[in-house]
Amino acid sequence: MSEAREFKHIGQRTIRPDGFDKVTGKANYGADLSLPGMIWGAILRSPHAHANIKKLDVSRAEASPDVLAIATFEDFPSVNAAAQRDGTHREGMMDTACNILANQKVLYHGHAVAAIAARSQAAAIAALDLIDVEYEVLTPVLNIDDAISATAPILHETMMTQGLAEPATEASNVSARMELKKGDIEAGFAAADVIVERAYDTPTVHQGYIEPHATTVVFNDNGPSMIWCPTQGHFDVRARVAQLLNLELGQIKVVASEIGGGFGGKTTVYLEPVALILSKKSGRPVKMEMSRGDVFRASGPASASQSRIKVGAKMDGTITAMQATLHYEAGAFQGSPMGPGCMTVFTPYDVENLYVEGFDVVVNKPKVAAYRAPGAPQSEFAAEMAVNELAKKIGMDPIEFRLKNAAKEGTQTIYGPKLKVVGLEACLEAAKSSPHYTAPIPENVGRGLAAGFWFNIGGQSSVIINLNPDGTGTIIEGSPDIGGSRASMQMMAAEILGVAPSSLNPIVADTEHVAYNQTTGGSRTTFATGMAVVEAAEDIVEQLKARAAAMWNVTAEQVDFKDGVAQNLSGEDQLTLAEICASAEKTGGQISGRANINARGAGPSFAVHICDIKVDKETGKTDVVRYTAIQDAGKAIHPSYVEGQFQGGAVQGIGWALNEEYVYSKDGIMENAGFLDYRIPLASDLPEIEAIIVEVPNSFHPFGVRGVGETGIIPPLAAVGTAVAEAIGQPISSLPCSPPKILKLLMAAR
Amino acid sequence: MVALTYHAPDSLEEAVQLLSTARQPVKLLSGGTDLIIQMQGLIQDERLVVDVKKIPGMRAADWMEDHLRLGPSMSCAQFTKRQDIQAVFPGLVEAAYLIGSTQVQGRASIGGNLCNASPAADTIPALIVNRAACLIQGLNGTRRVNVEDFLTGVGQQCLASDELLVAIEVPNPAARTRDAYLRFIPRTEMDIAVAGAAVSVTLDDTGVCTNARVAIGAVAPTAILVPSAADALIGTKLEDDALLAAAAASSQAANPISDRRGTVEFRRHVVGVLTKRAAKIAANRVGAL
Repeated sequence: MSEAREFKHIGQRTIRPDGFDKVTGKANYGADLSLPGMIWGAILRSPHAHANIKKLDVSRAEASPDVLAIATFEDFPSVNAAAQRDGTHREGMMDTACNILANQKVLYHGHAVAAIAARSQAAAIAALDLIDVEYEVLTPVLNIDDAISATAPILHETMMTQGLAEPATEASNVSARMELKKGDIEAGFAAADVIVERAYDTPTVHQGYIEPHATTVVFNDNGPSMIWCPTQGHFDVRARVAQLLNLELGQIKVVASEIGGGFGGKTTVYLEPVALILSKKSGRPVKMEMSRGDVFRASGPASASQSRIKVGAKMDGTITAMQATLHYEAGAFQGSPMGPGCMTVFTPYDVENLYVEGFDVVVNKPKVAAYRAPGAPQSEFAAEMAVNELAKKIGMDPIEFRLKNAAKEGTQTIYGPKLKVVGLEACLEAAKSSPHYTAPIPENVGRGLAAGFWFNIGGQSSVIINLNPDGTGTIIEGSPDIGGSRASMQMMAAEILGVAPSSLNPIVADTEHVAYNQTTGGSRTTFATGMAVVEAAEDIVEQLKARAAAMWNVTAEQVDFKDGVAQNLSGEDQLTLAEICASAEKTGGQISGRANINARGAGPSFAVHICDIKVDKETGKTDVVRYTAIQDAGKAIHPSYVEGQFQGGAVQGIGWALNEEYVYSKDGIMENAGFLDYRIPLASDLPEIEAIIVEVPNSFHPFGVRGVGETGIIPPLAAVGTAVAEAIGQPISSLPCSPPKILKLLMAAR
Repeated sequence: MVALTYHAPDSLEEAVQLLSTARQPVKLLSGGTDLIIQMQGLIQDERLVVDVKKIPGMRAADWMEDHLRLGPSMSCAQFTKRQDIQAVFPGLVEAAYLIGSTQVQGRASIGGNLCNASPAADTIPALIVNRAACLIQGLNGTRRVNVEDFLTGVGQQCLASDELLVAIEVPNPAARTRDAYLRFIPRTEMDIAVAGAAVSVTLDDTGVCTNARVAIGAVAPTAILVPSAADALIGTKLEDDALLAAAAASSQAANPISDRRGTVEFRRHVVGVLTKRAAKIAANRVGAL
């Protein structure tokens, strides 16, 4: 693979195949499917953050003619009390089940307790009043300090901390501890001339996808049941529902609708298993929707965190040691992204001595879910803030300081592998020469810069390409498209087949029409599914050569295929792809290509962001006046969607840094469960995000692709935090930088 | 099951008749941008909704001899387009322009903003500094109440069960008088005031402030008139000292709460800053006359 390689379609800015239906309102999203005879489900949710369910009585609901079905935790056949007694209980799904419908205890405000199906949505909601629940209200645990204190109420009586040096003997709200090390941390700090040590915290934030969760299902005793839902991974929805309801995979078909944003938040199940229980009991198709308030209160936000960072360097700018203690809130059930947080925290740096300790902590908030580079924004925020402070103390430019210590090919990571070729240095150089960084800092403006790292993943993808008799075709893939990936698939296949991208229609097939695909996540789709598309297209090229050879009565080795045309190497004959397809009937039947792969060699993506912020010193209000996102894409298949990913990640990170946060009352009631008071940035709040694509190819992908979907959300937290700190002349240690907090810092400094 | 009754009377008499004879709780509907959201949780409760928009004059704005007669249901979109009004009450127009989004402004109305009586309502401080009064019609006739006296608490005003607001009367300002309104939100739009301040000033030919009114919002159960802040401006040329004194007076008059939108300390401080800045804008507007 060479950087100078010329492409016909790759790197162009084609029109996305799904665009027209989306902008004209024809695309069908999660809530858009209605079926004959369909009824509606609704969920009764906990008004308390932490309570024992003393009594759950559905008898009045059962007696109501309006109620067609009821679901409670007892309806999960594989995890309910009976299954636990006879030993068929599946431990791994217990938390998922308890999160979907509470089992004897509610663990957050909005936790689902029971569900009802009725003829209309209003009737179902009204009938929830017929369920009688008696709660014993417990003291809520709402942050890490409270959760780990010796006197904390315990959320799960049987949960012991895993990963301690000595096995735990008492129940704890800390589910797990993780330790990673490299070199000799003590010696590293002893060798340092300057050390910065600080504590940082970040709030609970939500992905803020515009489309609320919704599903329509049909239970079928005599064939596969159908689930329609917006999801990043319909195969994973199938697996989870099958486990929860004790079904075989073949008994469920999941259709991924168009998806109105996911960002990691649509990688699990909430409504789907409940709807299927209601459908089974009522014998009717069932539709369920979350309200916006339900989405905030009871889907999966991103972890709040507390980090302590210590970084030491010599006066020449060499970092000698980096140390982190990281606490992540998991929400009501264990499983925060503490692990990736620990693994990524210092990866942008090639440093001898590292020590990282992480803790997964349960609190009375919704169970967290993935959010773009899960775990990394929190820990890398803390690390980058400390690095910027250290660079300033030493008197070095933040880019020069990073270049001196930058991770590169051969850097030993703290989590295992050595880095292959990566683009951090290239991003730093691009930042240094960018129009933004070379422009002087305007008066009253603070400038911040930060780097970010994310692994990216490969994994299993399956693709079929069918060609039609006229040479057009269909790309059948199974990766839900959350960022323009259908356009990229079209372009990659077109590049190999030498046809126009628009002649190939990419579709995201349901779980019955294509083999297993891993969830769209980990920035894997353009890399892994793209690889499968290339392989399937290459499979077709081989067949096209064989068919042409048959028509010319030569061997396939005597045929070349280039730019959509087969060439007889032993003569002048040429056949286009369309001509070969038109004759397929005579040469052995129609032509399909296929690839089922487990893609290895995903390429990490590094980014560097630059942010200029102005602060109204009398009110603490911040204004982002200029912002540049620089990131290594490996190879940008569709530059517009790569830039879109950079910009979208930057905007979500800016929101995280400036105004977004879950606000809870002291009783654990969420007070801002809506877009009015959960303040994501508006278009009018931000300048155009300048995107600079760096291309350091990943040699494991046929075109050099690295994933680009996640890294972009990591640098903004510290780029913004540092810019605000520079603007107000005070250190920032806590996000969000909301006006009341900033004004308090300004007043205290007066 | 859903016991919602809707009426859209064509005349004031019919409306008053409906209100005085209603057996169920009544909700007056103007633009509905607050009401419909508030009623989402009440789908099963009995309610009589009386839509007042079809009553003659409710959506008009006309200049009378000595005042602007504003129909309470005129949409903010229509209101903010009226250059004749903007020329005289720029602060009131900018307050109306801050409500909701462009789409919401197609329905939202100043009368609705007033009767909904949110402590954070943007138009209320601007109405107060312009000495606006509410014309109220009930079974036993009409009465006039100043806007600052119309509001009685969070979401509460003094309309009796048989009464409705039929007009807002804004007196023509004195010569060389202009207003301004500012609010604080953490974003640029689509938000609710964390604090708000309206100021109206009258300047003589030498730039001395001869009269002023200051009203603040979102920092007490109702928007409040702050005479002490006005007094700090009157007799000055709005030098920094005077502006700071007015700011301090507003901060002192504020009686805010801490909630998801801001803290007591923050609101108290920021309402002073807004007072100072709005006074300056109003004075500049007089200067530009």
